[in-house]
Amino acid sequence: MNTGNFKPAIIYTIYVASTPERVWEALTSAEFSRKYFFGNAVEVDQRIGGAYVVRQADGALHISGVVIECDPPRKLSFTFNVNWPELIEKLGPTLVTYEIEAAGDAVKLTMTESHDRPLDEDILSGGRQGWPAILSSLKSLLETGEPLVVKMAPPQRMLAALKRMGIKTP
Amino acid sequence: MSKPEFVYVVYIHSTPAKIWDALQNPEMTKEFWGRRRNRSDWKIGSQWRHENYDDATEVAVIGTIVESDPPRRLVLTWTHPNDAAPDAVSRVSFDIEEYKGSARLTVTHTDLSPEMLRAISTGWPAVLSSLKTLLETGASLPMTRQNWKKAG
Repeated sequence: MNTGNFKPAIIYTIYVASTPERVWEALTSAEFSRKYFFGNAVEVDQRIGGAYVVRQADGALHISGVVIECDPPRKLSFTFNVNWPELIEKLGPTLVTYEIEAAGDAVKLTMTESHDRPLDEDILSGGRQGWPAILSSLKSLLETGEPLVVKMAPPQRMLAALKRMGIKTP
Repeated sequence: MSKPEFVYVVYIHSTPAKIWDALQNPEMTKEFWGRRRNRSDWKIGSQWRHENYDDATEVAVIGTIVESDPPRRLVLTWTHPNDAAPDAVSRVSFDIEEYKGSARLTVTHTDLSPEMLRAISTGWPAVLSSLKTLLETGASLPMTRQNWKKAG
């Protein structure tokens, strides 16, 4: 997949008192992700072309994609497509990149969500709401041993926009 | 075209009152904001200074208190002491809400020049990440406890 035409739409940086290896593990393991990612489990086949999958607590497939770049523990880039009909056709794929850098005794984690076309702010509002919650919870998990269980309300503005476009959501 | 703005949201396992206090209590602020403190009487219309905790003559940022509704919302103007140009004044809002058992802090920095946007886009995530670490673990991120010579 040619990712050269993807442009960043959402960038979120957070500093975590941990090591790059631990942050990488938290981002790529089912055990960790269930705790900070609203009960969803991430599974990554860590090689270019490997599957990136997110399953809900009941095992149902929620998000799927493919690893584009994999340089542990520094950089992971993958497509990240929610499993709703016609989403990719109408909105294009979503590309997510994690960059993990040592910053003093801590880690600087930067999440970049990119798209191959301009998207309405209503559509992006879901990610703008979700990413700070997910990554704040990951930070709490690594620093205190407990995730910050942010019981997020569904992103109504985004869901309404998807409905207007004819994309069926649960 | 309107000027760029920077919005940062972070969820903290704490209370709005503790977050509010961290922004104003110098013993807390110096731990996560490069050994600086925020000095003001915090009344609407009063001046606010962001200064070196160890040397009150070293002032990095000044402004006025535009809104103050403890512990929910604080709005300040923001400028460097030696900048006389009118478009060098930006505005920072802190919105602090209880959110389902935790607290959500939203910092909105508006009316930014491109240079300021670059500088604060690096600064805010470090400062606010460290504030979160301080409130959740009792100690801030060590790199944010050191005196920062550069403003912003």
